[in-house]
Amino acid sequence: MKQGVAPDDLTRPFWEAANAGRLVIQRCAACDRLQHPPSRRCGECRADTALEWQQMSGRGVIQNYAVVHDSPVRLLQADQPFNVAVIALEEDNDIQLYSHLPGTPVDEVPLGAAVEVIFEATANGQRVPEWRVVGAEA
Amino acid sequence: MKAHRAPAAMFRANEGMGLWEHRGKVAAVGIGHSPTARRWDGQPETSVGAISLLALRRAIEDAGVDPAAIDGLVLDPTTTTGAHWPKGRPVPAEMLDAFAATDDPLDGLAQLSAPWVLKNMPELSGVKFAMHGDGCMTRAICVAAQAVGDGLAHTCLVLKAWHNYAGRYGQGGASAGDALPGNVAIHALWGTPVCYGTALQFAEYCRKYGKRHEMMAPFMENSRRNGLLFPEGYWAQHRPEDITAEDYNTARWIAKPANLLDNDLPIMAAAAYLFTTADRAQHMRQKPVYILGHASSRTRARSMTATLDEVEADTARTARKLYEGAGISAADVSFENMYDGFTLFHQFHIEGLGYRGLKFGEALDFYQTDISIAGPNPVQPSGGNIGCGRTRFWMHTDCIQQLQGRAGRRQVTGVKPEVAVSGGPMPMGGDFMVWSATPG
Repeated sequence: MKQGVAPDDLTRPFWEAANAGRLVIQRCAACDRLQHPPSRRCGECRADTALEWQQMSGRGVIQNYAVVHDSPVRLLQADQPFNVAVIALEEDNDIQLYSHLPGTPVDEVPLGAAVEVIFEATANGQRVPEWRVVGAEA
Repeated sequence: MKAHRAPAAMFRANEGMGLWEHRGKVAAVGIGHSPTARRWDGQPETSVGAISLLALRRAIEDAGVDPAAIDGLVLDPTTTTGAHWPKGRPVPAEMLDAFAATDDPLDGLAQLSAPWVLKNMPELSGVKFAMHGDGCMTRAICVAAQAVGDGLAHTCLVLKAWHNYAGRYGQGGASAGDALPGNVAIHALWGTPVCYGTALQFAEYCRKYGKRHEMMAPFMENSRRNGLLFPEGYWAQHRPEDITAEDYNTARWIAKPANLLDNDLPIMAAAAYLFTTADRAQHMRQKPVYILGHASSRTRARSMTATLDEVEADTARTARKLYEGAGISAADVSFENMYDGFTLFHQFHIEGLGYRGLKFGEALDFYQTDISIAGPNPVQPSGGNIGCGRTRFWMHTDCIQQLQGRAGRRQVTGVKPEVAVSGGPMPMGGDFMVWSATPG
């Protein structure tokens, strides 16, 4: 079970969207660029007034992964070992999210495979974007 | 005396800055190390404050200078290896009795400050410049080198110290809790250990270049072998154990493909150096080692974790900055002491530098050749964190000692030690030095 989440001002839109079953990512309107993790400024043009939230398709591919055998997080230690994959978004494959890839056997991660977003409850009920494999390697 | 954090302008983080304006005009002349320990035993005389004072005094003695003639002090105020003094736990009375306190009771116990050092070293009566170089020894070195070059100080101490308490690394605090702040949760909900990002980059590296984790074994053997020749190091002092290929290949995974031995061991230790101008260095006890240049990387990953492409682009950029500032090329480097904590990124550093002509994807094959201190291509003669424990300063001490010809049983013999590179910590995000036996 993942730890719960206490949304802060910066990331609240991300977490509220997740509770509503939507994946949103920060976008700088000034330079038309997505960024994740969220920040108070655009990482490219440094603008702090042009950041908005854009809904994503919820599709991506598995870019990379490692298998965690020794997690520092108490609530996850009973689940070891587990996959932690890097998902590259369809809209911009330089934008990444992490995933435990529910349903994918440990260390049998199909790199390049298509994935779609799902939303999983954490320890305090906050939902979080997760991903499951929907297709073979791209 | 108040000490401010070093401004960004003291670091050479951009390309095209040309030769470092103080190239060959700043020299390292003294080294001081404390003993090492795995964890603090609770005694004032082994606290992070006490070992810092010891390292500073040893550096002064090593250089043969009058403490009153020292006018600068640069240190990293952060001393944690990942262990934090529990919130609300009182400072032990013995600590209060043993040291002159500042207005922050954690100084000397779980952190440092220049005012705390100066209060507890009254012999440093001439210090007029004090600054904090946050991050690690390399950053403090950059600040001190720049300060001496700029004339802010003419004889400057540089200090880095580490504390370590009981408990498993990284498993307290937020990791033990039931919920995380939203901005932390974006990264931390998936329970990744610190080596995860490096494990990802190494996995990508192996796929791209057709390499295997087992190919790291000669690097591990070499690092520990060199570290056991470093009398100041943790493994030489407490656990004189080699690492064999079998040890390495059977170590348990932390975040596969990073195993236990790919992670360095948190310890307590302090080191200090004395820097001065090239002119003054001529009159001190030790042979001067000149700083030809320093460079910094402040590059950030585009998203959650740096990809291999991002890492390789940045290590190449760092090399261009470093060589440009020092006025050298890769062919001038006698040996390298780039950072190794985590082991799985050492190859990124040396490939970026083009050490011995290496190109991306070639370092693990290079590790299968003679990389010993006796050969023509020494890799990490310090032994690094793997050979000596996690401090991020063995690499610098070794560069200075090798170029002075006083590295003892670790002295490189297959090359003439003339120019050395060291630095880190991360391939993307760090500070880097070029040292030389001559002013250039």
